[in-house]
Amino acid sequence: MSDIVAYPGTAASPQAEGHTEDNYLTHSRGIMSWLITLDHKRIGVMYLISILAAFFLGGMMALLIRTELLTPGDTIVDADTYNKLFTLHGAVMIFLFIIPGIPAAMGNFVLPIMLGAKDVAFPRLNLTSYYLYVIGAVLAVVSIVVGGVDTGWTFYTPYSTTTMYWGVYWLTFGAFILGFSSIFTGLNFIVTIHKLRPPGMDWFKMPLFLWGLYGTSVIQILATPVLGITLLLLIVERALGIGIFDPSLGGDPVLYQHFFWFYSHPAVYIMILPAMGVISELVSVFSRKHIFGYTFIAYSSIAIALLSFLVWGHHMFTSGQSGLANMIFSLLTFSVSIPSAIKVFNWLATMYKGSIHLDTPMLYALSFIFLFGLGGLTGLFLGALATSVHLHDTYFIVAHFHYVMFGGTVIAFLGALHYWWPKITGRMYNEPLGRLSALIIFVGFNMTFFPQFVMGSKGMPRRYYHYADEFTFYHVFSSIGSYIMAIGFFLIAGYLLHSMFRGRKAPANPWGAATLEWKCSSPPPHHNFDEPPQAGDPYDFSDLVYDSAIGGYVSKQNPQPAG
Amino acid sequence: MTVTALMDYAAFIIHGFIPGLNGQSPGTFWMPPQASTLAPEVDWVFYLILWICIFFFVLIVALMTWFVLHYRKREGHAEEETAHHSMALELTWTIIPLILVVLIFYFGFKTYLRMKVAPANALEIYVIGQKWNWFFQYPNGHIDEDLHLPVDTPVQLIIRSEDVTHSLFIPAFRIKMDAVPGRYTRAWVRAREEGVFPVYCAEYCGTQHSDMLADAIVHEPGLYEVWLEKASNLLNTMTPVEAGQYLVNKRCSQCHSVDGTADVGPSFLGVWGREETLADGSTSVVEENYIRESILEPSVKIAAGYENVMPSFKGKLKEEEITAIIEYLKTLKKD
Repeated sequence: MSDIVAYPGTAASPQAEGHTEDNYLTHSRGIMSWLITLDHKRIGVMYLISILAAFFLGGMMALLIRTELLTPGDTIVDADTYNKLFTLHGAVMIFLFIIPGIPAAMGNFVLPIMLGAKDVAFPRLNLTSYYLYVIGAVLAVVSIVVGGVDTGWTFYTPYSTTTMYWGVYWLTFGAFILGFSSIFTGLNFIVTIHKLRPPGMDWFKMPLFLWGLYGTSVIQILATPVLGITLLLLIVERALGIGIFDPSLGGDPVLYQHFFWFYSHPAVYIMILPAMGVISELVSVFSRKHIFGYTFIAYSSIAIALLSFLVWGHHMFTSGQSGLANMIFSLLTFSVSIPSAIKVFNWLATMYKGSIHLDTPMLYALSFIFLFGLGGLTGLFLGALATSVHLHDTYFIVAHFHYVMFGGTVIAFLGALHYWWPKITGRMYNEPLGRLSALIIFVGFNMTFFPQFVMGSKGMPRRYYHYADEFTFYHVFSSIGSYIMAIGFFLIAGYLLHSMFRGRKAPANPWGAATLEWKCSSPPPHHNFDEPPQAGDPYDFSDLVYDSAIGGYVSKQNPQPAG
Repeated sequence: MTVTALMDYAAFIIHGFIPGLNGQSPGTFWMPPQASTLAPEVDWVFYLILWICIFFFVLIVALMTWFVLHYRKREGHAEEETAHHSMALELTWTIIPLILVVLIFYFGFKTYLRMKVAPANALEIYVIGQKWNWFFQYPNGHIDEDLHLPVDTPVQLIIRSEDVTHSLFIPAFRIKMDAVPGRYTRAWVRAREEGVFPVYCAEYCGTQHSDMLADAIVHEPGLYEVWLEKASNLLNTMTPVEAGQYLVNKRCSQCHSVDGTADVGPSFLGVWGREETLADGSTSVVEENYIRESILEPSVKIAAGYENVMPSFKGKLKEEEITAIIEYLKTLKKD
């Protein structure tokens, strides 16, 4: 406890009495001060706006897909349009929203402040990374304008090299560019975490969110180049007729699947590791308890990052891959489930004998444990060979990855957004509406995706425009769930926009967290900290006490500065 | 939904969680009918995992709910300091799941080995995937659009693709195997009951992916041979127009209507004798050679307004079958 150093209220402190109103939002003005900013916080905010736009686009496509599936026959669009919708829904959600969602938007804003640093190690690379993201996103939009892409987000050959839609060039090249954005962000985070940790923060005193980002960055650097090369080979094959994947040119279509999943399976962990990091923060802070089993959680992030490279073959159990390879990939796949199980039980143990505050971010954390628990457990059916063969490429898979990616990562992203919103904007949002929308999304989510497990195991294949009458009940139920979820999301958009203009001013530390970003004012000043702060145990809350006058927490030892 | 329907549904759900009660048809809450000898074995693994999942899911949610109810922030309640870690506890929830997943792996693998290796002397049927039809070639050379097989006989399916990757999926048999261009893949089945079961394409293959369907028809003993004999000589029992109608219905109707509706390809209604405008702007009269060429070399002449997506039917239709189709098209006149 004594190593918690309350930030001294000296003139150097951003929280000092009489501290000017200058913060990163007001530090400089004009559109150019944003577009060419090197401030990680502004880049984080630009990322946040961009990925939310992508999420909106992908979400609208999802609603169109669900509406089309209300009836077994043709409903609102034709088959080709439907195929383009699910392709772009997948590509936009994965490449433009989930992969950059937590690391590039939340991570960019939070990581340097959590380290007590003024910025990431390479601010210019950070801005480059953002513009690469924008270029990738523009290419994806161009692919829609030139007629769309109908390959599915996996771009399997030889379908992708023979389809009549030319948008496949634009979209794959977009994903290629986005890969560089992802690699640069990962590189930046790794160097920042290695070199810019403050005094008092050794590796095992880092907040677990940073461990999550670190694990993700490692995968981004090691796996993304493989995707880049693969997509480039696809483009070359299609444009120049060089036979790599197409058997009629002497290539091997299964080779494409190996290359693709060598990236795309680890990419699943790129998406989930930062989410797990967020949940570790939320569960501890809102239970007012030290995180349980810090070391196991930290090592499990790294274990997941490394094991994730060894399991890609489980996407190909029915591809004609040899039985021996199937056996090995099945066995290795199960190894990934262990670190995830450890995390879930450690989060539960953290709640034990705590004082659980059911604020909006915590509701998302609880929702995460429920939904990710179900998503993770249903993975057992897909790791086991006998059942995987039957369930592969059915709605069971669709349900499983939405439970993990949406129920896991997107729910954690929403938790993170609500948790750090006061820090980012300096405003509080409407708490009752926050809780209500978390509940609506939870209910709508389960209504949407749980029936998909059932229809999948009964044999409903995925990516189907028409379907057998026996599945109508499940599809209608699922579509109604998606509309309910949409209401929840529009509610969130409403009260968050309202809070930016009318919200109560946020205190420095509204939740009573002990990580360094809460020692800055809300919103943080341009340079975060004038002097590197001393870091203590990120999960020791004993020094913090609630002050109802400011609606936030202050340090017992030094209550004065927490303005 | 009526009360009765809801109660039926509830009974259906309860039924589905108890593997011992699995009816043969129409399947359970979770699973389609068990129409192959492998299906009960696969389902056994499924229910084993299901119960492990239910146990852990209930455990996690119960603990979470209990903690939230007992330790929620309220007047007079404060957090208590507890241990920050416990090696014994953490090893417990590392090792127990580890043992369970190894067990799940073992049972999944054991059944998979039986799914992988067909018994010797199995009846061999070739399966061909092509946008957007399945073809099944029987030992006597007959090619059919449906999978016919005798009950209680091991059948080896040897699968290939003519164009992109497809995947042969027969839920009631619990089999799925990709049809990969440029190589053969295998799956096998021993049907345990007569009946008709859906065959799907499970690997996305384009516009009509969800219409790439067939039936798996399981014949009772002795009737498979009777069917094969009859099917192989079917065209001899019909007039060419009837045979043409039969073939168009089976092989062309996914993309070509006979009622004038434009689909992926032009409708056959009124096509005979018409001067067709082609994609390159030239025109061509639809007569015998035009139709024959369009079936065997479909990419040579593309009707204006349509895409070059039709696969070749070379080797899949005999000359007399093409003639039958031509005779049938001659009858499809606009009023």
